[in-house]
Amino acid sequence: MSSATDSTSKPGVSVEREQRLASYEQLLTIRQFETEAERQYKAARIGGYCHLSSGQEATTLGAVSAMSEDDLLVTGYRCHGFAIARGVPCERVMAELFGRRDGCAGGRGGSMHLFDLSRRFYGGWGIVGGQLPLATGLALALKRQGRAAAVLCELGDGAVNIGAWHESLNLASLWRLPIVYLLINNDFGMGTSVERASAEPALYRRAAAFRMHGERVDGNDLDRVAQATGRLLARAREERLPALLEALTYRYRGHSVADAGLAYRTREEIAAHLKADPLERFRSMLLGIGVSEQELQAVAERVQQRIASAVSVAEQSPEPDVAGLARGVYAPGSAKQFARMLPGSAFGERELVFESGLGE
Amino acid sequence: MSAVEGSSHPPQGPDGQASSAVMSYREALRLALREELARDERVFVMGEEVGLFEGSYKVTAGLLSEFGADRVRDTPISEEGFLGAGVGAAMLGERPVVEIMTINFLLIAMDQLVNHAAKIRAMFGGQVGCPLVIRTPNGAGNQLTAQHSQSFEGWFASVPGLKVLAPANPADAKGLLKAAIRDDDPVLVIENLPIYKEKGEVPLDPDHVTPIGRAAVAREGSDVTLVAHSFATVRSLAVAERLAQRHGIQAEVVDLRSLRPLDVQTVAESVSKTNRAVCVEEGWPSYGVSAELAARIQNACFDDLDAPVERVGMAEVPLPYAKNLELAALPGEERIEAAVLHSLGQA
Repeated sequence: MSSATDSTSKPGVSVEREQRLASYEQLLTIRQFETEAERQYKAARIGGYCHLSSGQEATTLGAVSAMSEDDLLVTGYRCHGFAIARGVPCERVMAELFGRRDGCAGGRGGSMHLFDLSRRFYGGWGIVGGQLPLATGLALALKRQGRAAAVLCELGDGAVNIGAWHESLNLASLWRLPIVYLLINNDFGMGTSVERASAEPALYRRAAAFRMHGERVDGNDLDRVAQATGRLLARAREERLPALLEALTYRYRGHSVADAGLAYRTREEIAAHLKADPLERFRSMLLGIGVSEQELQAVAERVQQRIASAVSVAEQSPEPDVAGLARGVYAPGSAKQFARMLPGSAFGERELVFESGLGE
Repeated sequence: MSAVEGSSHPPQGPDGQASSAVMSYREALRLALREELARDERVFVMGEEVGLFEGSYKVTAGLLSEFGADRVRDTPISEEGFLGAGVGAAMLGERPVVEIMTINFLLIAMDQLVNHAAKIRAMFGGQVGCPLVIRTPNGAGNQLTAQHSQSFEGWFASVPGLKVLAPANPADAKGLLKAAIRDDDPVLVIENLPIYKEKGEVPLDPDHVTPIGRAAVAREGSDVTLVAHSFATVRSLAVAERLAQRHGIQAEVVDLRSLRPLDVQTVAESVSKTNRAVCVEEGWPSYGVSAELAARIQNACFDDLDAPVERVGMAEVPLPYAKNLELAALPGEERIEAAVLHSLGQA
């Protein structure tokens, strides 16, 4: 091997090593964020529903890392990890969970409705399968506008038996829309297993009903998820062909923090899945390519600090202004349309709604 | 197909061009669509049978050949799917005009409209809007029976985040549909089956729009106020003429035009003058538009009222098929007239 070859390949190896360490840091950030969110929820500093994705990190990061900057991301309500993977800062996600002004939806959305227009993350939707038709419409707009971009639309295995699923996949295929449906099969829709819910439990096969490409991938293998997503997104962008990608993974925690997650599965089952943990798998791979324990420890410390800082920022962020309660309900300029609606309104509406930024 | 049929002696504008023309409600809607499709590339029409079939009620006739299949997009029977596709397209800056064949089928897409479109701007902190228009007719009267004769606009008008319009004549049909298409929020435009064929004078200025949130005094009067929208306005105007001829009663008719926002101010000003109100709607009155009006009128005009607010609507039964039963159930002119006389203490 010539010295010239050495000098070009070594930086290459080093770059890949750095990229892999960075991926590990992101995986760990998502895991630790969820662990912290559960702690804060149990301390009653986070309200509402709180759906954690611990165990699904490789699917989340693998898929999002394959997106281009111009691609659009749409998810269901288990969306903390997706927001973080797409680059929304942890403190903006945590502040949203705390219902604070610096949250990525200004404290209006909460855990299920994260959103970041600047990163083309189009939410964070709370009705099972409800995001599918509108994600399909985003793809229709991309096509009409002739943009070289595609939509990545996440859904869970619980969403594949709802009417919106059939209608959306049919339209996407009929109209050749640039969209990839990322179906996260974590074995359970709430507490109902895929086998108890789907007549065809090999979910990727159901794409065939719409003459759509469907495939299945090991969702705990970050590289495989990234490769499959990247290939399907490219096909969607370039050939306007939609696809269904089913990623097999597992959620360690309950459906939401309020669910212990043990009524419908055993501790042994969870323990068996933990043995194939995507983070452990990635960590072993890193050690195998010569990353040291000290380096991994340094990553863990950085992540811990990042999460602690996110909590601190969220705590210090002010609550949203009640005097702006109705802000954003209607588009700017609508105030004059509503000006004549005030007479006879319900008690308190004047201050709460008409004088709090409605349509301004 | 010409957008203007049966035009006669049109008034002239300052440049000698016709400033208005007589056309049907259906033609006025079509003209609005055509003008907006021509004005703005982002506007596209989508729905069942809107293209090749030229629309179930022929509102979109001729638009496919003029604007092509991308701008006038036929869909499968898939209301939740294509209404939702309109929501997503609107989020990315398009201006979709979705046709739902009748309001009865809008219930299939309820989730996309109420749980999604209405929430977008507020729920995500104002980062993105949803300038979506949905056109759909309500109404009854052709023995279409229980599943095809309903008027649900009150349900949608109760949802913050939506705007709901209900034109009662061709001029407002054009003006309000254009206002809806130019609006930055999701707007539901309620058309009406019995009015599609009604004719009236329509402004031809392509930039004429009817303002959202403004009711119109469709007939001036001093003795009682009839408050209505959509086809109930047509019925109320006919009743007002009968009252004048038969009883010498001068009824004022307020045509709401917009249900959300609701122009209560115009209603209250009228009731303050006449001291009596009869609220008329095609739908069921319980929890309906007339219920909302009655609550607001008693609050805003408590000292002015000389009689309880009366309501007239569809009898609260699933609408039967038999013609006599259908006629009995609908808020016909005789029942409206009787309600007015009751309000005036004359029956």
